[in-house]
Amino acid sequence: MAEASVKPTPVLKDELDIVIPTIRSLDFLEMWRPFFQPYHLIIVQDGDPSKTIKVPDGFDYELYNRNDINRILGPKASCISFKDSACRCFGYMVSKKKYIFTIDDDCFVAKNPSGKEINALEQHIKNLLSPSTPLFFNTLYDPYRDGADFVRGYPFSLREGVHTAVSHGLWLNIPDYDAPTQLVKPLERNSRYVDAVLTIPKGTLFPMCGMNLAFDRELIGPAMYFGLMGDGQPIGRYDDMWAGWCVKVICDHLGYGVKTGLPYIWHSKASNPFVNLKKEYNGIFWQEEAIPFFQSVMLPKECTTVQQCYIELSKQVKEKLGKVDPYFNKLAEAMVTWIEAWDELNSAEGSTGKLPAKGAAM
Amino acid sequence: MRTPPSLLSLTVDSALLNLSNISDLSPLPEHILLDLFLKTLRAGKLNEKVLKLFIATGKDEVLALIRSLNIRPIVDPVLPTSKSQLKISDDEIDIVIGALRTDLTAFLNDWRPVFSRFHLIIVKDPDLKEELKIPEGFNVDIYTKSDIDRLVGSSSILFYGYSCRYFGFLVSRNKYIVSVDDDCFPAKDKDGSLVDIVAQHAANLTTPATPFFFNTLYDPYRKGADFVRGYPFSLRSGVQCALSCGLWLNLADYDAPTQALKPEQRNSRYVDAVLTVPARALMPMSGINIAFDRELVGPALFPALRLAGEGKLRWETMEDIWSGMCAKVVCDHLGFGVKSGLPYVWRTERGNAIDSLRKEWEGVKLMEEVVPFFQALRLKRTTVKAEDCVIEVAKEVKEQLGKVDPVFGRAAEAMVDWVRLWRAVGSSSS
Repeated sequence: MAEASVKPTPVLKDELDIVIPTIRSLDFLEMWRPFFQPYHLIIVQDGDPSKTIKVPDGFDYELYNRNDINRILGPKASCISFKDSACRCFGYMVSKKKYIFTIDDDCFVAKNPSGKEINALEQHIKNLLSPSTPLFFNTLYDPYRDGADFVRGYPFSLREGVHTAVSHGLWLNIPDYDAPTQLVKPLERNSRYVDAVLTIPKGTLFPMCGMNLAFDRELIGPAMYFGLMGDGQPIGRYDDMWAGWCVKVICDHLGYGVKTGLPYIWHSKASNPFVNLKKEYNGIFWQEEAIPFFQSVMLPKECTTVQQCYIELSKQVKEKLGKVDPYFNKLAEAMVTWIEAWDELNSAEGSTGKLPAKGAAM
Repeated sequence: MRTPPSLLSLTVDSALLNLSNISDLSPLPEHILLDLFLKTLRAGKLNEKVLKLFIATGKDEVLALIRSLNIRPIVDPVLPTSKSQLKISDDEIDIVIGALRTDLTAFLNDWRPVFSRFHLIIVKDPDLKEELKIPEGFNVDIYTKSDIDRLVGSSSILFYGYSCRYFGFLVSRNKYIVSVDDDCFPAKDKDGSLVDIVAQHAANLTTPATPFFFNTLYDPYRKGADFVRGYPFSLRSGVQCALSCGLWLNLADYDAPTQALKPEQRNSRYVDAVLTVPARALMPMSGINIAFDRELVGPALFPALRLAGEGKLRWETMEDIWSGMCAKVVCDHLGFGVKSGLPYVWRTERGNAIDSLRKEWEGVKLMEEVVPFFQALRLKRTTVKAEDCVIEVAKEVKEQLGKVDPVFGRAAEAMVDWVRLWRAVGSSSS
């Protein structure tokens, strides 16, 4: 087996952006430097725009605060959340690259069981560049990994797989539990390293966590809207969940794959469970309605692009979830605004000339 | 002559029709509210939101009516994940081994630390001529060709080769069965300890499965794990697990073409996970290392699909794959779960894949035909027992796949025969 050197060869360095939402500092980037430095960063600064976020030297980045978001999107900025890491999806919108990797600023480099540091980005790239197998479950997990293959009985006609749109990574140390579970088990740590990547079967939904996530922006970008959360909204900490349900339904419809499993990152900070409970409270009850909705949603076959699927989804959200709470009407409208903003910013070649406030480092 | 409806009753009816658009009922006089409430009940339109609307009016008589009818809003309990496991005793488990080789000494001696506590059922492949060699110290019942002939009589089912183990499933009187191939040995886990496959399979079968929503941290009932954020609470109690499919280190369960292309490949990756295979997801169930709840799905595991060139090597068979596809459909329909992952066994070499390739590889071709069939297969809601599910699947197989290849017609017949046998021989409990 080949030993990877400390500085791995950057793969896709001009085709991938790393999107990081932050409100405090980016010191965590120091630990990621060997793996991230070759890539371009898009930093979305949430909270007070007058605060200066220091980016460690040597990184190539663009930074957007709330003023930039308002300036660039004008009235459409209303679809981007404030005071919630959901604002990161603005980064997806302004990126010009094919792939996005997004990570939280309290996530660090983890070690695998043999003590070696895990290059999470490299694993995500491997996941995205190899096919997915949503139509038939392979009991030996990802058949494209070294040392694995399709098992006996796996139909040969399905062994080519489909394009992978999303790579969902996991977390060692502080697991991504909801507030009630955190309250019951404040000391539980995830120490189990599960050496697998697997495709989530078609027709099955999952809770998509945005802490350690990569996706093919060209395939699924417009569906990665992280919803209306945080300030002025009745709900928080469901941004990535909402995006995950929409994304999975659309991926299933368009024939793309979603993988989960490796890579692991080390999640260091446990947020306050009481604060979380307040934010999640409505979500915990609303998800009981939302999930049956997503499980039974049907997208017409005339919807052949992600945007068309998403607009259609927003109509059904309004129709069926609007009855649960008026929030869903607002959300449905924001979904439409998001697509309009996405198309405007991403139409024709090049940007619409709206440059970021802060430029690249040396 | 019928009296025409009053303006009031028409208004109330109209309100009933538009109930979902009304956000406040308090302006209505109490007697009209009561009338509307009763009409709502009769129309079957009382849901949580509507109930809240009526309660919000604060009108005493309305509240009294709701109380007297004992109507309460259903709230999905937000509870910590219950980690309680069903307690099962050793005498509820049967270990069933299909013997395709006569000398089981090394096999059983290696498994002694794990198997010796349990009752063993060993079924000798009817094609084997010599007596089985079995070491001392096991509580074992052996079945041979004469037992099979006596009990089964004439049947379209053939219990030769790998199919012999199913006879063991038939005669077992225990609730749980664990079955491994006779060329598999105990594996070691990441800490170097011997994997107790019975304990792990038992844990899989006695903790719930979660087929309706994927948990990204895999089995939430395992120590040190739980449901992740975003997992609906209403689905956290899970469903009963009927089938547990283990995996294999060293020689993985590959088909002959794959094995022939990669003769040196060995599976050395120990994936420390158990997960529920989601509902409606199809999977190839390997029979090499399985366990199941006989009471729940016994009728759905059968030797029905027999290849023309079927041989004594795993990659020359499809009986388990076929049975597993049907069993998964039955489990999905009845609301049972299927788990995959731990435990691992250490599978050893036998045979030459290239030799197998020289035989006509029908199995591969057959799988191509069945995928669309199983993807579309839906059973009637009125079918609620496993054996009836199997009969229904057999009927669909005969109708839809019978014309594709006669092997399916024979499989359908064997499935019906199996249920008949099961009802006659297999269904009595201990």
